[in-house]
Amino acid sequence: MDSVSGVPQPALSVKPFRDPVHMEKTTTQPTEQSIRLEIADLNFFYGPKQAVFGLNLKIPTHKVTALIGPSGCGKSTFLRTLNRMNETIRNTRVEGKVLLDGQEIHQMDVVGLRRRVGMVFQRPNPFPKSIYENVAYGLRVNGFKGRLDELVEKSLRRAALWEEVKDVLKRSAFALSGGQQQRLCIARALAVDPEVLLLDEPCSALDPVTTAKIEELMFQLKDSCTMAIVTHNMQQAARASDFTAFMLDGKLIEHSVTSKLFTTPTDPRTEAYITGRFG
Amino acid sequence: MSEPRIMWRKAVNAVMLTLTGVAAFGVVCVLFLILGYLIFNGGHSLNLNFFTQLPKPVGETGGGMANAIVGSLKLLLLAALMGLPVGLLAGIYLAEFGGKTFSFIVRYTTDLLNGVPSIVIGIFAYALVVLPVKHFSALAGGVALGIMVIPITVRSTEEFLRGVPNSMREAAMALGASKWKTIVTVVLPAASGGILTGMLLALARVAGETAPLLFTAFGNRYWGQGWGQPIASLPVMIYTYAISPYDDWHRQAWAAGLVLLMLVLLSNLGARFILARSKAV
Repeated sequence: MDSVSGVPQPALSVKPFRDPVHMEKTTTQPTEQSIRLEIADLNFFYGPKQAVFGLNLKIPTHKVTALIGPSGCGKSTFLRTLNRMNETIRNTRVEGKVLLDGQEIHQMDVVGLRRRVGMVFQRPNPFPKSIYENVAYGLRVNGFKGRLDELVEKSLRRAALWEEVKDVLKRSAFALSGGQQQRLCIARALAVDPEVLLLDEPCSALDPVTTAKIEELMFQLKDSCTMAIVTHNMQQAARASDFTAFMLDGKLIEHSVTSKLFTTPTDPRTEAYITGRFG
Repeated sequence: MSEPRIMWRKAVNAVMLTLTGVAAFGVVCVLFLILGYLIFNGGHSLNLNFFTQLPKPVGETGGGMANAIVGSLKLLLLAALMGLPVGLLAGIYLAEFGGKTFSFIVRYTTDLLNGVPSIVIGIFAYALVVLPVKHFSALAGGVALGIMVIPITVRSTEEFLRGVPNSMREAAMALGASKWKTIVTVVLPAASGGILTGMLLALARVAGETAPLLFTAFGNRYWGQGWGQPIASLPVMIYTYAISPYDDWHRQAWAAGLVLLMLVLLSNLGARFILARSKAV
């Protein structure tokens, strides 16, 4: 991993909702950032319609990068290019580079890529299987032959769900509440131990209390995971992310440290959006 | 608005409501009339002998249709073995892989195949299986019924697979599952109840077919001599017995009709049960 100077450095600013223990962790992070994902000149097309225009972005390791912007600005589309999920949609085309630890993802085996870059979707989408089988699924399809029980427990613990479900592992995942289902989906993604976790509006179907739980979880996961989250909720981006990228009409308008973007944006369009003048 | 106008509207409303209600009631009545008639005419011929004995020769009363019941089940087994896998795979193709043009052609052809008169399918099976070996066989009957099972299975499989939310496929693929693995491990299990129901209904639908069996499976008054020989079946037995001049045979035909209808009703109930249970998960 190379350190790149073109990345905005985090300022030592206090963020809301962070307790001192966690604060200590953030401040002890090295100021030199290593880059997990580097996106260069990315264009994306749905048939003849272009949805992402010449996007350049660096996503730093073990940080949360938030993507904000009005509906239809291409932020979800962009996120889905990072694990090549858009390839499942017919008649789409991608141009440009996406480097994961310096490797071009379009030259990788897609199965291996998706094991390294996990995804959590907008609506909780557990499989119609038991809680245990949901978490074990990723391990099974990747041919994991080991002690499944241990890894299932570990993943559920990492997703802060273990205590709630440890006695009902054989029960259908549909019996869980919406927030629990979403944490189950996170556990399922974590089971294959991804380096990057993509979250596509993971809280939009959840209530504020459950949302807070997921945000807390994201904070804990930073030790082991690099995260990119798409959100239409600016407060969430402000609370939960280290860096924020603002997109508009398929273009990246501004990318900087979250506290800076929300307090002193450089682009007038960013300011207009975060102050609620449109979107 | 004037009074007479409102009165007229109310009258039309009442008349139409009554008409639709009567039609709906009529639909229910038809089934129960058929069932009642069958029980009335065939009920007392239905005894243990009917299920365990072979047909008696002309002139002797009694006997049963054990060979026809087993024969029908054997024919359905053949139809299932031949028709269900093809129908299932084609349904998967349409729902999961198909492009635009080819899928359209397949779907359209399937609907046409579903509309082909069963006797025409019988002729086809006759030309395909009976003529080359120069004798009727259970196999030929199975082929005819199997062909009829295919289009029903294709469309119901496709429909139930389409009912599986796309988010499920995305979740599996985001975990590194290939397309086929996603289908086998997530999509098919999620739709299994519905697909099974469709298959059961397809078999129930062809269980009562007579025309395609007349010159393929033909019929047999004894236990069949294996898959390559003519075999008895309930619908053909009903046909033969009903047009005979003997009262005892008429009664047995009614009884056979009752058994056949019960078979179909039970498989329908079974299908509903499976569907309801799979939705509860």
